[in-house]
Amino acid sequence: MKPLRIELKTSPHLKQAGSVEHIMRNVVYALLPICAFSIYHFGLSALLLILTTTLTCVATEHLFNRLGRRENSLSDYSAIITGILLALTLPPAFPLWMAAVSAFIGMSLGKVLFGGMGFNAFNPALVGRAFAQAAFPGAISTWTVPGHPDRFTEVLPSTLTMPFTTPPSVDAYTGATPLAQWKFEGMFTETTDLLLGLTTGSVGETSALLIFLCGMYLVVRRLINWRLPAAVLGGAFLTAGVFYLLDPAYYPSPWFVLLSGGLMLGAFFMASDMVASPVTPWGVWIYGLLIGFLTVIIRLFGGLPEGIMYAILLGNAASPLIDHLTQPRPYGKRPPPRLRDALSALRQRLKPKDRRPAAPGKEGA
Amino acid sequence: MTRLFSFLSSLTFPHGVHPPEFKEATRDQAIRRLPFAPRMIIPLQQHFGEPAIPLVRPQQEVVRGQPIAVANGDLSVAMHAPVTGTVEGIQLMPTARGPKSEAIVIRTLAADSQVVRWGTPRDVNSLSSAGIIQAVQAAGLVGLGGAAFPTHKKLEVPAGHPIDTLVVNGCECEPYLTADHRIMLEHTATLLLGIRLAMRALKAQRAVIGVEDNKLDAVAALRACLSPHDPISVQTVRTKYPQGSEKLLIKALLKREVPSGGYPYQIGVVVNNVSTLSQMGELLPNGQGIIERVVTVAGPGVKKPGNYRVPIGTPLRYLLEQVGYAGDASHIILGGPMMGNTVASLDVPVTKGVSGVIVLPELATQSKPAGKTHPCIRCGRCLEACPVNLNPCELGRLAVKREYAMMQARFHLHDCFECGCCSYVCPSNIPLVQYFRIAKSVNRERLL
Repeated sequence: MKPLRIELKTSPHLKQAGSVEHIMRNVVYALLPICAFSIYHFGLSALLLILTTTLTCVATEHLFNRLGRRENSLSDYSAIITGILLALTLPPAFPLWMAAVSAFIGMSLGKVLFGGMGFNAFNPALVGRAFAQAAFPGAISTWTVPGHPDRFTEVLPSTLTMPFTTPPSVDAYTGATPLAQWKFEGMFTETTDLLLGLTTGSVGETSALLIFLCGMYLVVRRLINWRLPAAVLGGAFLTAGVFYLLDPAYYPSPWFVLLSGGLMLGAFFMASDMVASPVTPWGVWIYGLLIGFLTVIIRLFGGLPEGIMYAILLGNAASPLIDHLTQPRPYGKRPPPRLRDALSALRQRLKPKDRRPAAPGKEGA
Repeated sequence: MTRLFSFLSSLTFPHGVHPPEFKEATRDQAIRRLPFAPRMIIPLQQHFGEPAIPLVRPQQEVVRGQPIAVANGDLSVAMHAPVTGTVEGIQLMPTARGPKSEAIVIRTLAADSQVVRWGTPRDVNSLSSAGIIQAVQAAGLVGLGGAAFPTHKKLEVPAGHPIDTLVVNGCECEPYLTADHRIMLEHTATLLLGIRLAMRALKAQRAVIGVEDNKLDAVAALRACLSPHDPISVQTVRTKYPQGSEKLLIKALLKREVPSGGYPYQIGVVVNNVSTLSQMGELLPNGQGIIERVVTVAGPGVKKPGNYRVPIGTPLRYLLEQVGYAGDASHIILGGPMMGNTVASLDVPVTKGVSGVIVLPELATQSKPAGKTHPCIRCGRCLEACPVNLNPCELGRLAVKREYAMMQARFHLHDCFECGCCSYVCPSNIPLVQYFRIAKSVNRERLL
């Protein structure tokens, strides 16, 4: 018999399969069909856009790891996810240099600055998107009509704009997104078009059905918390439903709100960024409902047709507070005082006291 | 398939995890005996509380079953000779916890038949409540599920706390372990006698045996011995770790919660393990003390896994030589793999609280060798696993920053009973429960 080598280790001695890499890798898998569809839909430009943001994000993380002498963290796939997600939220004809700058800003200010994976307060892809919205307002609201016959052989004219120059405006290619059509022209898009993605829009937001199916892959494999997309979509549906009931002629139907724009992509892939969302079971519901609510409010009353990006960033900002307020009640601890108890305590306090306060000056006697 | 059925039996607690069970190798193996080890080590402290006071001198000859130590005060129990032989001495010997402690060492008389000749039979039906409690302490009984808390202290409920239900713990939720399962199957009659005695001691009106639904044969065996109007009932609970934790079993069976930091008797319940009660039903009528217990020896590193009736004091080295163990064994765990601890030496004896000896080769302990630790990604899996509904994610974050006082003040650290579910599920491989143990011991020292 070989000499026995005893090792000391504290319990538990079993470990569930599954790791951070496993979760992140599967998120990438879930995003790939959406990428494939968008490349089919918008052609070479979409492919170049996805590659540009992904490579920039990976390069940025690598650069800062080297500069900060930190361990190489590329193997956890999180930089790749940020890159893909950022590309999916941009218009297909977005100039590549602007996309690269946005990816760099999102990655460096949104993630590396906070300490890398696990520490970012906001979704880094949306930080990059918010930067693009502010810095390149023209390019980010120029939308391309899908299914152009030459899309696999030619890139869109604005894609290869020289760095730090303004892209040429080519009206022949541009169109309006369903949300913009509703907002500025009062037109509704067919539900089947929204489901199948036969519309104009950001690279990866067009087909609500495909995004839903890819998101459900993550939910079924329990890689994201099902409550989160449910709460975001539910919050948007309920808020839109209230307005629709108030004035069906003016406000869009909740189904239109649910299927148009980036809501589906945001609910399944961006609001669900675990690091920047609450962890407590109740907190997740509140956070999701808040995002759904804010999205619809921005869409209906804001200057921009789409609101999911700011809604998620605001939700990210609120999540530490939400977590703080929704700490779970441990086993055997008394539940927090109910509202009824609090009210009765208040009534007790407000009751006029029987004994009158002692007359002034009496105490000294 | 068992997972499918487990949704049907609804009784359980919220959260928890489903580790692989690994019980196939030993669940159908009847309890067997092994030869007696040539040298037995009986630590004076095998239980929670004060060490026992030895009654024997070196070179004294003892008979199997004879008392060799008496309880030192109330929170202590007696010890009995596991073999007929000669006392070698009372000396410092290694223990599973690490530091050496005093133990009675007995050299086994090889020529002896090792029949128990000690003890006078008595009529247990005439024993009063106090008589039963006294007899239990004299029999040296402690919680055999692993905690080793003196059983008589559990039965001796402080005045003003009427007990309505005795909960009998037959869950055995730890992977690999099947000792309790075999006891329920093979020692059904003594188990039921033990339950009736404990109910009398507690003046409890009813008893509920909670059994996980992966042991339906044990449920059937128990039900076959009970009449429909019996105050003892058997209830299946969902197979889930840590269902065998007493507070969670109470929650599953009775929907009551033990107050934080309190004891089950405060809500009218006492929980005992099936091994303990079966020993009680066996020992009390004969006026004997506990000298052996059923131990599951299993794991990928064991050649002949099974359930063995092992004399208390048998060194692990002897036990493992008898069942055969692989040379690449590297983790030897006393208890189950979720809560049991590894031992540093094979000269540690089997004590009253050892329900299993699990031998794992290096690779079996992790899904991936050298799993890298990542920063917490706040996935929330630990919150969904924690059976006492803590926030291990936040606790872990504070532990890294060593804010141990804050962990207790705001995040209920002391309600953690270290089941390890959080570490088991963490995809970032963060040693959460290990952090919490450190935090708790630091907090304990601060209080002193």
